[in-house]
Amino acid sequence: MEAGSSTKKIRVVVAKPGLDGHDRGAKVIARALRDAGMEVIYTGLHQTPEQIAETVLQEDADAVGLSILSGAHMTLVPRVVNLLREQGAEDVVVTVGGTIPAEDIPELKKLGVAEIFTPGSSTQQIIDFIRGAVG
Amino acid sequence: MTEAERWYRERYSASPERDALFTTVSGEPVAPLYTADALPDPARIGFPGEFPFTRGVYPSMYRGRLWTMRQFAGFGTAEETNERFRYLLGHGQTGLSTAFDMPSLMGHDSDHPRSLGEVGREGTAIDTLDDMETLFAGIPMAEVSTSMTINAPAAVMLAFYVVAAEHQGVPPEQLSGTIQTDILKEYIAQKEWCFPVEPAMRLVIDMIEFCSRRMPRWHPVSISGYHIREAGSTAQQELAFTLKDGFTYVEQAIARGLDVDDFAPRLSFFFNAHIDFFEEIAKYRAARRVWARELRDTYGARDERSMLMRFHTQTAGVSLTAQQPLVNVIRTATEALSAVLGGTQSLHTNSYDEALALPAEEAVRIALRTQQVIAHETGVPNTIDPLGGSYYVEALTDRMEEAAYEYFRTIDQLGGMVEAIKQNYPQREIADAAFRYQEEIDAGRRIVVGVNRYVDELEEPLEILRIDPALERKQIDRLQSARARRRGEDVEAVLSALKQAATGDANLMEPLIECARAHASEGEIVSALQEVFGTYTETPVF
Repeated sequence: MEAGSSTKKIRVVVAKPGLDGHDRGAKVIARALRDAGMEVIYTGLHQTPEQIAETVLQEDADAVGLSILSGAHMTLVPRVVNLLREQGAEDVVVTVGGTIPAEDIPELKKLGVAEIFTPGSSTQQIIDFIRGAVG
Repeated sequence: MTEAERWYRERYSASPERDALFTTVSGEPVAPLYTADALPDPARIGFPGEFPFTRGVYPSMYRGRLWTMRQFAGFGTAEETNERFRYLLGHGQTGLSTAFDMPSLMGHDSDHPRSLGEVGREGTAIDTLDDMETLFAGIPMAEVSTSMTINAPAAVMLAFYVVAAEHQGVPPEQLSGTIQTDILKEYIAQKEWCFPVEPAMRLVIDMIEFCSRRMPRWHPVSISGYHIREAGSTAQQELAFTLKDGFTYVEQAIARGLDVDDFAPRLSFFFNAHIDFFEEIAKYRAARRVWARELRDTYGARDERSMLMRFHTQTAGVSLTAQQPLVNVIRTATEALSAVLGGTQSLHTNSYDEALALPAEEAVRIALRTQQVIAHETGVPNTIDPLGGSYYVEALTDRMEEAAYEYFRTIDQLGGMVEAIKQNYPQREIADAAFRYQEEIDAGRRIVVGVNRYVDELEEPLEILRIDPALERKQIDRLQSARARRRGEDVEAVLSALKQAATGDANLMEPLIECARAHASEGEIVSALQEVFGTYTETPVF
């Protein structure tokens, strides 16, 4: 790593794939990450996987947090991961937050999702994880 | 020095006090004791069924008729949901409530690219009149009261419902039920929209006008605080923003030329029942009083029925935990009790597994049983407004009302609710409240059992409802075969007539009903309207 990179702000995209409008969690996390000193780009709602991948690339993000509560995670998350991979951005740390049933977690991790945060996760856990994974 | 002050000085301040957060879940400070000093002028409390309706909208309340137990349900295609409806009716439920899936809520057909993975997941998929007819197959639409939770494309779904009933031989005049239609809270909180704010408001007023003429037993709008609260607001914000949304619909309907007494009796409300027991009861009592006063004094209602705030309540999904889910039964029971003590007209109790997935049948049964225990075993419904006159509840009710008026003033200064929404004001207030609440939990100042205290490390995973991914394919096939059965030129004609009407200022309900009759799909109808109205994009704040 080049000198000075340790002081570079971590850049995180917080994204809402799919059609559900449950943005309480995404916005709380976005703000907590920002308060923790990260550069946060929140995509807003109803994003397609293509739009999310494009934002990640354009923003040169280190990590992307996908917030999804519509039950469509097994369709939408793999598409985001694959799009990032196809465009050479497989080093971007992908995390998922939302109502993800326990039995879907191993499969998401196998696809390349770094961590899944289910309801009840604290903002500090998420901050610590992203710092560790990007670091 | 009052006796209460003497007691505080001599007794309380000399006694131990736990190091805890003595505030409501909304952050409202709570005093150690409330006394007779807190009681308002008796006229502010009044009597049930009399202005200002603080104690309830009906003279005999639950002694006359219990609240309607109305469990919200929907998943998969119309066939699966129709089966669940019959199951619930068979178990003593007294009204139906339809949950639509995300594509239906956003006005997309099931085969739209953006619907991928979402069809039938969070509710039932309704694309065409055929789906609506299947949903109510074998259910007498003249007898059952139905609630439909849909907003941006509500006018389209109402048109489907009216035509489905027509095919059962039931005219619109006989239909009873509610359609949510509350678009303002979509921009504020739930975020399922199709059009910009102004044309969306026009559709709401079109529905109010149509129902005031043709559907006297139908509630065209259910002004909803539920989603505002779920998005993280406080109880005070829920109350204030919901009431202000309601006033905005009243103002626009009056501006359309309607007489307030012709439509206001059919406006209804929908509130959250969150976990802070007394605060919620105070919220419902304050809501009734403010609505009655403003309808009479500001909007000139003369018919008492226009002043009555009737409301549905749902327990707080946001209060449920994924950890130790059976504990949610207790949360839900407590919340349901607050709704009953607050005088709700109907109630949905959440199932204990809903922090994880759509509810499984067993969990739904327990949720319904919770209401039945409150209704038939606890004795709570035996007297009206049992907490009326409680020093604490009356003080909280007054405080809740003051907080609402403080918000009304701020919103008025911004130019009213539509302007406030465009300026992101309510959205920002809610995001701030949600963040404060999460900070309290993360810091351990606010305790959530099983989440940040009394944690069980080894939890057995719960058996949850999985929506079969094959249902998406099934629905797309249903839609495509419905499209194949209809006459394409008929559909083109009704859609073009709809667009024509939308460019002017005619009421759009009749053209929408024609679209339903011609089997135009929801997505086709919404797209046609979007060609005229445009779409909406939020500038999010966090």
